[in-house]
Amino acid sequence: MSSSTSALAPTGGPAATALGAPPLAPDAGLPGAPAPERGRAPMSRKGRYSLGNVLVTIVLSIGAVAMLAPLIWTFSTSLKTRDSVFALPPQWIPDPVIWENYLRVWTAGPLASGIQNSLIVACSVTIIGSLFSALAAFAFAKLRMPFKNVLFLGLLAGLMIPFPTIMIPQFMVFAEIGWVDTLLPLIVPGMFGNIVMIFFLRQYLATVPDSIIEAAKLDGASYLQIFFTLIFPAIKPALAAQFILWFMAVWNDYLAPIIYLNTPEKQTLQLVIANFNAAYAIQTDYPLIMAASFIALLPVLIVFVIFQRQIIESVALTGAKG
Amino acid sequence: MTATSTPVRRSRLHRREHLAALGFVAIPLIGFLLFTLYPLLFSVYASFTSWNGLGDPTFNGIANYIQMWNDPYFAKAMWNTFFMMIGIPIGLIISLVLALALNRKMRGTTFFRTVYYVPVISSIAAVAILWQWAFNGDFGLINQTLALVGIDGPNWLMDTATVKPALIIMAIWKGLGYSMLLYLAALQSVPRHLYEAAALDGANAWNQFRHITLPMVRPVTFFLVVTSIIGGSQIFIEINIMTPTGGPEFSSASIVWYIWQKAFSQLQMGYASSMSIVLGLIIFVITVIQFRLNRRNSFSID
Repeated sequence: MSSSTSALAPTGGPAATALGAPPLAPDAGLPGAPAPERGRAPMSRKGRYSLGNVLVTIVLSIGAVAMLAPLIWTFSTSLKTRDSVFALPPQWIPDPVIWENYLRVWTAGPLASGIQNSLIVACSVTIIGSLFSALAAFAFAKLRMPFKNVLFLGLLAGLMIPFPTIMIPQFMVFAEIGWVDTLLPLIVPGMFGNIVMIFFLRQYLATVPDSIIEAAKLDGASYLQIFFTLIFPAIKPALAAQFILWFMAVWNDYLAPIIYLNTPEKQTLQLVIANFNAAYAIQTDYPLIMAASFIALLPVLIVFVIFQRQIIESVALTGAKG
Repeated sequence: MTATSTPVRRSRLHRREHLAALGFVAIPLIGFLLFTLYPLLFSVYASFTSWNGLGDPTFNGIANYIQMWNDPYFAKAMWNTFFMMIGIPIGLIISLVLALALNRKMRGTTFFRTVYYVPVISSIAAVAILWQWAFNGDFGLINQTLALVGIDGPNWLMDTATVKPALIIMAIWKGLGYSMLLYLAALQSVPRHLYEAAALDGANAWNQFRHITLPMVRPVTFFLVVTSIIGGSQIFIEINIMTPTGGPEFSSASIVWYIWQKAFSQLQMGYASSMSIVLGLIIFVITVIQFRLNRRNSFSID
């Protein structure tokens, strides 16, 4: 027994997983397909297996409740009166239900302008930045250029530099040109592209055969034409997944906005709800705070529910490549 | 004639390709130079200066670094930041167990996968707000749940003993889905026949886990540890929202929170820069270690 396990150890090495991990199998966790167990005593084995499944499902359900409880509690609190927040025992289902909190919240603070600002930042950064990232990934993956790999490694090295290390000089530069308290410092740097996205699109392009590009070149197509007719359609799935991940990251960003934005009407949504939190906690208006927070959570939650398979698969792939 | 024209034509084609490629990579490169490399170099310079952000920085040697060495708040912020990383191994163990559970053939795993991932995609600002409310000493969800089993919970965020554990619990809750997902992907890539062979040889479940599963998920563990340390060393948003003053007796102030405070509230840009350089160096060292260990791992396999 000991010999067999030690003989297994080298085969089960990590390198294979690091490179070869596929995205989650599409049928992962789907019902059906009984486990092809052919042990010595199939009946008892199967029995243990399904009992185990029941136990695991119960434990996972308890965990799932713990994962969702704070979010449900937020929603529940957002529908309460200011007094029933402090009711003991706590009410999970508010009585009475105050939907008016969701009307009140729009006039209680610059929530609408916060959403608008967040949309402006996230859309302009991700749409323009993705295009430039895709073009760069195309060049890094498929075109000949001197010092190509050196440049790529240089860009990758930039990933090691944390934002807090560069934020002070960056702030001073933007202060110098009068961009503080505008959305520009949040938009402009991002529009130049995203190294993580370039990295993954470049990996993805490795699966596209060079021959179709060579053929297009011989036909006299320009490089931009090749990009838009051949490369862009080929990388669309990877681009979409990376786009969503980036959009959510920009949407949820906090440190850069808190540095640059002072005027309430110019702040992004995350700052607006943080200010709601600071301002209305003093007045113990928790329903209002929770309503604002829930509104801030909702767009990303909806995007996640719609695209959950693409998001989850591309994240799983991210880790496998790392 | 034709023999000479071909190479000329070819090199001209190449030059055209070089120019196109350069044009495509130029934009991210310029962005990198302007918004990362230049600020980085300036940060290094500013860390050796006295600078209030209004006038010009004046060189003062390593005074900032000496000040940092003697600054009890800096030491405290460093300690707090690293203390809160206790949550990393705890989170990894829980998420590996979750991934093992979800790797079984049974109903509902896709549903659970999605549910556990919801906190990951949720806005950290909103999450911090709702956890601040959940940790409320009198009316919070946590203490009311504890009261069900007869425990009188502390005033989590107002108590030096519990503010860091509270932040750790929240961080585990927020990050569980991500590490679980990566573990799940790694587990699904483990070839079935390894387990079948081990079972034939009489290896029990624990031995299979110990000698097949754990080695197979080691790269993911490694990746998660390093990215969590890098992320954890930059913890800021939760602190800023849940304990705006750095917590009771400075007990939840993180290093980025302290840098931010010094730079943008007290306008000690030079001193803040030197602290940000130390933070950058720590992250650099962690990344280099990752690369070296990763390389050694792949060598031992190939």
